[in-house]
Amino acid sequence: MTEQATAAGTGLEDVESFRLRARAWLAGSMPRLNPHEDGSMEAVFARGDAIWPRARELQRMLYDGGFAGICFPREYGGLGLTRAHQRAFNEECAGYEMPLVLNTPTFSICGATVLDMASEEQKQQHLPAIIRGDEVMVQFLSEPRGGSDLAGVTTRATRDGDVFILSGSKIWSSGAYAADYALCLTRTDWDAPKHRGMTMFLLKVHQPGIDIKRIKQIGGNNEFCQEFFDDVVVPASAVVGEVNGGWAVASRQLFHERNAVGGGSPYVSGGGGPPRRGPSSAALAEVVRASGQAGDVYVRELVAEAHAISRIQQQLIWRVTEGMRTEQLPPPAAAIMRLFGGQAATRIAEINVEILGSHAVVADDNAGLEYGRSFLMRQAGSLGGGSTEMARNIISERVLGMPREFAADRDVPFSQVRQGR
Amino acid sequence: MDFDLTADQKLFRATTREFLEKEMPLTRVRELAASGIGFESDWWKRGSELGWNAMTVDPAAGGDSISGEGLVDACIVAEEMGRLVSPGPLIGTNLVAAALSEAASAAEHAEVIAALMAGEATASWASYEPEHGFAPLAPAVQARPDGSGYVVTGVKDRVDSGDQADYFLVTAAAPDGLVQLIVPATAPGVSVTAQHSLDLVRRYARVDLDGVAVPGSGVVRPAANAEAAVNRQIQIAVALQCAETAGAIGRVFEFTVQWAFDRYSFGRPLASYQALKHRFADMKLWLEACQATAGAAAHASAQHAEDADELASVAKSYVGQKATDLIQDCVQLHGGIGVTWEHDIHLYLRRATVNRAMFGTPSEHRRRLADILGI
Repeated sequence: MTEQATAAGTGLEDVESFRLRARAWLAGSMPRLNPHEDGSMEAVFARGDAIWPRARELQRMLYDGGFAGICFPREYGGLGLTRAHQRAFNEECAGYEMPLVLNTPTFSICGATVLDMASEEQKQQHLPAIIRGDEVMVQFLSEPRGGSDLAGVTTRATRDGDVFILSGSKIWSSGAYAADYALCLTRTDWDAPKHRGMTMFLLKVHQPGIDIKRIKQIGGNNEFCQEFFDDVVVPASAVVGEVNGGWAVASRQLFHERNAVGGGSPYVSGGGGPPRRGPSSAALAEVVRASGQAGDVYVRELVAEAHAISRIQQQLIWRVTEGMRTEQLPPPAAAIMRLFGGQAATRIAEINVEILGSHAVVADDNAGLEYGRSFLMRQAGSLGGGSTEMARNIISERVLGMPREFAADRDVPFSQVRQGR
Repeated sequence: MDFDLTADQKLFRATTREFLEKEMPLTRVRELAASGIGFESDWWKRGSELGWNAMTVDPAAGGDSISGEGLVDACIVAEEMGRLVSPGPLIGTNLVAAALSEAASAAEHAEVIAALMAGEATASWASYEPEHGFAPLAPAVQARPDGSGYVVTGVKDRVDSGDQADYFLVTAAAPDGLVQLIVPATAPGVSVTAQHSLDLVRRYARVDLDGVAVPGSGVVRPAANAEAAVNRQIQIAVALQCAETAGAIGRVFEFTVQWAFDRYSFGRPLASYQALKHRFADMKLWLEACQATAGAAAHASAQHAEDADELASVAKSYVGQKATDLIQDCVQLHGGIGVTWEHDIHLYLRRATVNRAMFGTPSEHRRRLADILGI
């Protein structure tokens, strides 16, 4: 790695010098995107399964150039720099091809949780590997029986000497087919109340007994997966945290998830802002000009509204992140960013189809339907990363301190909790 | 407002809050309203001694900000005033003092600036004209050159605190483009007529300018150009107004959350109903987003950032809308008491409704934003 100039006192490189170094390195080393190519996640996924090997390759280029894992500690292969450095790097990345699919969940959720909760040995094994682009991670949390009630998981892990035997099923795990390791939440004690009988594993994704099925989404991509576990043998050394202490790990993971989905994660690299669905407001302005609607006051107001939403989302992320950092807001306040993200995606998808009108639904080629497909998929922003209903529960209960919802399974041995079919 | 206030800014906020709570509680605001008074000069002067009008003034002209970002400091006062729906010409006085101090002709306005900073005089930004929306860059008021000064004719209206202001900052059309003039309320040819306002203590007036002679010393010569100066004034007006609105909704949200804990129906507090909890969560989101965007607009303007015009309109288009949404929802959650004169919530709803409409509606700012974005 390049030797870093250090700023007096902090021992860290000055942000502006880091920015200039990144700018020069990017220009000389990273491939540029086509000018017309959009940076939205749909556009990334539209490239198909090849995105995954390509992302590993790009990540390796970042690593070799000394710009990978900017906010991860140096002892785990990162650069040990600050959010300000990461932000500067993200701003410089515009127009370059970046391994965006690795941001969430690999870096911002799984890597962040491993860093906070895993053993030293696990951190040494996995963090340098993800930063080098050698390893991709995935979350095995939701189950077919339910997603919001995460602590009700029924995937079973039974101890057998030095190993655990897993059986059950997980779902909604994006990109699992291309991943190496999963953070997998299981039930290990069925007699304990639900929060006290779970264990988290770092599970090898491709191994005997795990069958992965891909799920096609209404937007057309099939990144979503369902996994079936049939007596999967997992070493006890794969337990993250304590046996039956999995909820503590999962809670931290959910915090990182809300932060990531809301756009507040320091481990997201290569994109200027929060995860975006659908085209940017600049692209929208271009469509308005091209379609001869630039003189329409109503359309102009809609474009301005979409633009304002994007700016305010970023401003809110900065504010809430600063509030949590200084403990003027509690960590569950990350749900505020998450809720804004969901609502913003909904409104912007609405604005897009309002402006495009019939062109959003009938076009000369399939690519022309991108705005329409974004509209079909618009609720994904209010579901993925925990539903906005859960976010509202969290904000009202854990930020505003309002009474918790009644739960019929509280303090009841899990084996006696009623389950749906 | 900001989560990153310095120790000095926190002290300034505490001092201002203490002064307002003691000197201008809501009971006093209601008394002023009942007696038809906007604000008392003596109260304004004492408040000004805390530094309320010195923050946005250019340091070269005697300004004295706390953090180096004077507009951000002034927004602390605005937010505190919003929390108590205070009266007073904070926005106009700060805006005009800043405009005079940033002008190339600042030295000629030293006396006026000093009087505004001390609270001995107040000023208002005359940005509206009859029959028109918010179009401060397109005045119908005419300025005819006369020696080194101008003779001004036309009408401004919806002038904030107009019936109590000592000076008006007037934008007029001159033969060679826009000109800004500082016009004393006592100048011959100026007549001021009070208008009716939805706000109980923020009063507005119509200002008729009938051949008013403004000497050369009253010409506010902009450092860049008049259009840039007016755009900067829009930034200041919107930042202060949005900070005030954010303060108002912050206070309404606080007492409505408390109400939800204290009020019981069917043997349980309102705060225990998920249908209501989710509405409170949405309101918390709007509140934080309003504070975020209002703060960003103030910082951008204070730093003379490239996107300061853009962020002013981003902030106003959102805050204007969401503030009234939030307060109306809080009225709903209060039930019948929420629509009575007795309950204080209508004081806040009035202020937020007036602020939403003045200095550009959300819709006007979206149109302005589209212009700025070059669509």
